[in-house]
Amino acid sequence: MSVLITGVSGKIGRLVALGLVDRGVKVIGVDRRPWSEAPEGVELHRVDIRKRGAEELFRRMSPEAVIHMGTVTHLMHRTPDRYRINLQGTRAVFDNSKRYGTKQVIFVGRHTYYGAAPDSPLYHTEDEPPMAIESFPELADLVAADLYAGSALWRMPEVDTAVLRICYTLGPRRHGTLAGFLRGPRVPVVLGFDPLFQFMHEQDTATAIICALESRLRGVFNVAGPPPVPLSVIIRETGRTPVAVPEPLLNLSLGRFGLPRLPKGALEHMKYPIVIDSEPFRAATGFAPEFDEDATMRGFAEAGRGPHR
Amino acid sequence: MIPLPIKASRDVIERVDRLEITFNRHGIDRFGVSKSEIARGYTIARWFAQSYFSTSVYGVENIPKAGRVMLVGNHSGGVAIDAMIVLGSTFFDMEPPRLAQGMAEKFLNRVPVLSEILSRMGQFTGLPEHAARLLEDERMLLVFPEGARGTAKLFPERDSLVGFGTGFMRLALANRSPILPFAFVGGGEAVPTVTNLVQLGKLIGVPYIPVTPWLLPVPRPVDLQLLYGSPMFFEGTGREEDHVIRGYVDQVKDKIQGLISQGRALREGRLQESELELT
Repeated sequence: MSVLITGVSGKIGRLVALGLVDRGVKVIGVDRRPWSEAPEGVELHRVDIRKRGAEELFRRMSPEAVIHMGTVTHLMHRTPDRYRINLQGTRAVFDNSKRYGTKQVIFVGRHTYYGAAPDSPLYHTEDEPPMAIESFPELADLVAADLYAGSALWRMPEVDTAVLRICYTLGPRRHGTLAGFLRGPRVPVVLGFDPLFQFMHEQDTATAIICALESRLRGVFNVAGPPPVPLSVIIRETGRTPVAVPEPLLNLSLGRFGLPRLPKGALEHMKYPIVIDSEPFRAATGFAPEFDEDATMRGFAEAGRGPHR
Repeated sequence: MIPLPIKASRDVIERVDRLEITFNRHGIDRFGVSKSEIARGYTIARWFAQSYFSTSVYGVENIPKAGRVMLVGNHSGGVAIDAMIVLGSTFFDMEPPRLAQGMAEKFLNRVPVLSEILSRMGQFTGLPEHAARLLEDERMLLVFPEGARGTAKLFPERDSLVGFGTGFMRLALANRSPILPFAFVGGGEAVPTVTNLVQLGKLIGVPYIPVTPWLLPVPRPVDLQLLYGSPMFFEGTGREEDHVIRGYVDQVKDKIQGLISQGRALREGRLQESELELT
């Protein structure tokens, strides 16, 4: 079997690729970024998913499945390029899949689709609309890419499409939105708010994506691991110090005094939880996380103490 | 966390341990309810219910000891002290104790500190999704179908009922939950509202600010009566026509009105505890 992975050089992309290689799958990696120590069994092509080079790969290799993770998610990356990659890139992936007979496409999206708001429910289900764009317009292209990928379910019924809305990732590779937020010894929090955060170990994230592939998942699914934990507990368990700042002051000081630069909408994520219900995914794939919330936080915290990778 | 230098009492901590809720190693359940915060919260609530006010509770044996149930009652008293008293009574007067989870007004979750306290104490924004999920988890809901209109009652209207929403009945039907009617009397005496400042309230992000003869809505230490009726069961799907639902809601409303009248009579000494008819 051969699987084409876009965004393979990313942290999760690498883990998925390694997992598939272990299972004897041939991996066709697509990324503009390098992956110098890519193992044998991963064929890395440094092409743009929107360009001819990528189409050529589909034509020549006819991958049976595609895992599409080649989206730009970093929020401060606000070039027009970002929108083109996230939307036209996603379109190109689906068009090529249809044209060259790919049987299965997995779109790797994020649970921030649902948005954080004072009146949003805990445990979102897949049928809920994307409220993220109300408070956080910077997420609009990712939301649109998610919905576009979902439309493949009726536009190209011959392809088994799975849209995964995955919660935050945490772990020793210290990669992702939440890890970035917890990077420093002091973590800014909004005074008087302590939202639940849902995260899973990076290895479990990769396993979940592979589970979706192996069970030929079709449809839209939330993907989460252990139950959510309040931000204050995460900060404590990872050995960080919370710095509680009143919201108006925090708004002014973002990007200054060593605090991360965040879009305004990100503050909503520091006030209100985004918690998803992942039961349908577990029932459909049999996925069970290997790491609980404590092991995941420990993995993240301990990696920081050793020599930096 | 509650920003007060108050430690949870030992006996309250013991009662928290007996709640039928699964907590993880950090003392948090899957909805974010925190053991240590509810222990502190109930320590404070007990002082209010017993030492500040003097609360008499009747019919607590009518509340199911386990399984899903919806406590439905009247709102009064400007600042929802009724919710705190009901929460305290299901926790301290029931064996084993139960955690009532209120369906809170939306604006509360926007208020710093309050948002955090309510989240950790399991008092979530009143959304149908929350109600359905908690009932599914066999929890106990606390619902005031009058909403903010209920706490806005002026002193002369304190024992009346304003319009009931119908959402709670549809949820009870769809989730096969019994309804337990209750009445709270004395809230109007604690916070005798003369008028409500709606415009000023809007400015600071609350529905209104109640004004009392001493201006601020600080409750007086009065006697309070809390009466629980017997459970009511309604058969249906929750998809019935409005007039059908309205009929069921009126039955609940009548029951609560009857309990309020008895509570008022009890308060004024016109009725003895032995003469109460709670079933």
